Amino acid sequence: MDGGGLRLNMNGLDYLILALYFVTVLGVGFAARRAIRTSVDFFLSGRSLPAWVTGLAFVSANLGALEIIGMAANGAQYGVMTVHYYWIGAVPAMVFLGIVMMPFYYGSKVRSVPEYLRLRFNRPTHLLNALSFAVAQVLIAGVNLYALALVMQALLGWPLWTAIVVGAAIVLAYITIGGLSGAIYNEVLQFFVILAGLIPVTVIGLVKVGGWNGLMDAVGDTKLGEAGLHAWQDTGSTANPLGAHWIGIVFGLGFVLSFGYWTTNFAEVQRALSAKNMSAARRTPIIAAYPKLFIPLVTVIPGLVALVTVKGLGAESGDLQYNNAIPLLMRDLLPNGVLGVAVTGLLASFMAGMAANVSGFNTVFTYDIWQAYIRRDRSDEYYLRVGRWATVAAVVIGIGTAFIAAGFSNIMNYIQALFSVFNAPLFATFIIGMFWKRMSALAGFWSLLLGTLVSLSLYLLYKGGVVDFNSDLEESFWGAGLAFVTAVVVAAIITPLTSPKRDEELRGLVYGMGGVDLKGDVLAGDAVWYRSPVLLGLIAVALAALFYIPVF
Amino acid sequence: MSNDGQPAQDPLIDEAQAEQRRSAAARLFDIRRVIGGLFVAYGIIVTLIGIFDSRAEIDKAEGVRINLWAGLAMLAFGLLMLLWQWLRPAEPPAPNEKQPGS
Repeated sequence: MDGGGLRLNMNGLDYLILALYFVTVLGVGFAARRAIRTSVDFFLSGRSLPAWVTGLAFVSANLGALEIIGMAANGAQYGVMTVHYYWIGAVPAMVFLGIVMMPFYYGSKVRSVPEYLRLRFNRPTHLLNALSFAVAQVLIAGVNLYALALVMQALLGWPLWTAIVVGAAIVLAYITIGGLSGAIYNEVLQFFVILAGLIPVTVIGLVKVGGWNGLMDAVGDTKLGEAGLHAWQDTGSTANPLGAHWIGIVFGLGFVLSFGYWTTNFAEVQRALSAKNMSAARRTPIIAAYPKLFIPLVTVIPGLVALVTVKGLGAESGDLQYNNAIPLLMRDLLPNGVLGVAVTGLLASFMAGMAANVSGFNTVFTYDIWQAYIRRDRSDEYYLRVGRWATVAAVVIGIGTAFIAAGFSNIMNYIQALFSVFNAPLFATFIIGMFWKRMSALAGFWSLLLGTLVSLSLYLLYKGGVVDFNSDLEESFWGAGLAFVTAVVVAAIITPLTSPKRDEELRGLVYGMGGVDLKGDVLAGDAVWYRSPVLLGLIAVALAALFYIPVF
Repeated sequence: MSNDGQPAQDPLIDEAQAEQRRSAAARLFDIRRVIGGLFVAYGIIVTLIGIFDSRAEIDKAEGVRINLWAGLAMLAFGLLMLLWQWLRPAEPPAPNEKQPGS
């Protein structure tokens, strides 16, 4: 690291704001402890939370700092096209999860996404998915931790290892003590703190460039040019900032990548499984879709403002990389006070992201690996203890991977990109399994395995220079798409050759087999029209479409 | 979607469901109190900083008294959270809501 040109001028009051946040987060962890007596209390909050809490936690779990810093960087680099990651690349999949898939997840009482695969298919499919999920989560937690440490080092001058250990210790404390309730409650808190940090930067940034119109004019004069102001124009070819054809955006990003991530990623789905009844579980991702619609306002706009106001932004290395768009604006525009809130917001987003990975890991490790394959038939208290130790192990391994990432930061980014491609075959296996009752257990296993191998091979061939794509993004569209098609074809070939599962075994897991009760546990207030998951979901999708109009 | 009967049974899931009789989840506190409290504290601190902001600090923020406005906004948000909790306290669990084994 050179010079410390990003160093913020934090004073005592800024640190007081940061310290208050740390104390509150730990306090939430300790206060959640008294609500834990069973393993389901620890791993799924006793399935007791209201929909607004699980919904905000759902969006917060995805609002890791990699997401915020990365999307602001994309805003500066690709312009308005970055909104595709939100409006077509997230909202439709979130609504689909709530309306179509959640009845099977929540209704079957499975405790995790891999557990659904065990009931629907067989144990090999389950183990394959549980292991790959567990490995991915600790690696991504390490990447998050390393990114946190880099920002703390650049902004506050903390040594790398201090930032890594402090960040890890706080997340460890509140999850080990407070379980998923500690994680989810803190995610709701973090959601608001992140917004409180990002809104002032956005507002002052807009004032500086002369409002929305001023920003539009100014972006036209940058290297991005007029093309940076449109989401769909020029997508008839790949001659646009993102280098993506509209078919790639709609099917690659909007369908395969997005549905793969949002509907099968247990770190997300776990938030909905902790809801208090079926209605709340279905509304969880849909309530989350509403903030998701508006988040580009506080990520993409600051990215564009940074592009306009920071001279030389977009350097290959050093302080002027795109990734520093938001930190640079904080340094240039925020006085002490809101500066402390903004730094706290960035820290909060790192913690939210890491906590989601760690709490997803400890549940899958305990229920899907330890209880299913290593030590069966122990008492519930035993698995509760295993869960706490799994949390400690996840954070310690996360610290380890963070130090590895420090040596190979590019490699770790590749690993993360790779796991995002793994979701596509998983989604294909899920969606066929949920709607085609004939699909056999063996077909499930081979679909998942071969689909994953296809995306892995294509990725390695691309990295090895054997196959050529315009950008990493284009590779991930193709990798995800091919993996999806492979999984579908494999299922279609193997199913007729193997024996189906009996109908009784599929109740509550497959569409049209019965056993799904959408109304059995509703509370009196849940029947009102404005709590209808279908209506709320359709409004969210309609808003996403409408939001495109001013930036077409 | 038809509505007849229970989903497929699994021993591991049934055990966990049976244990839920002992659940202590009802003892969980209300997060609105914590969010409200933290934002009221932030609001007061940042508003006070805003009142005493020097010319240099206001100029840095493009002439916007951002600390004052952000502080007042956070204070109002925190108070709204507390008011919401006060007006609509968490619903007590309905007596027949979670029957053992259901």
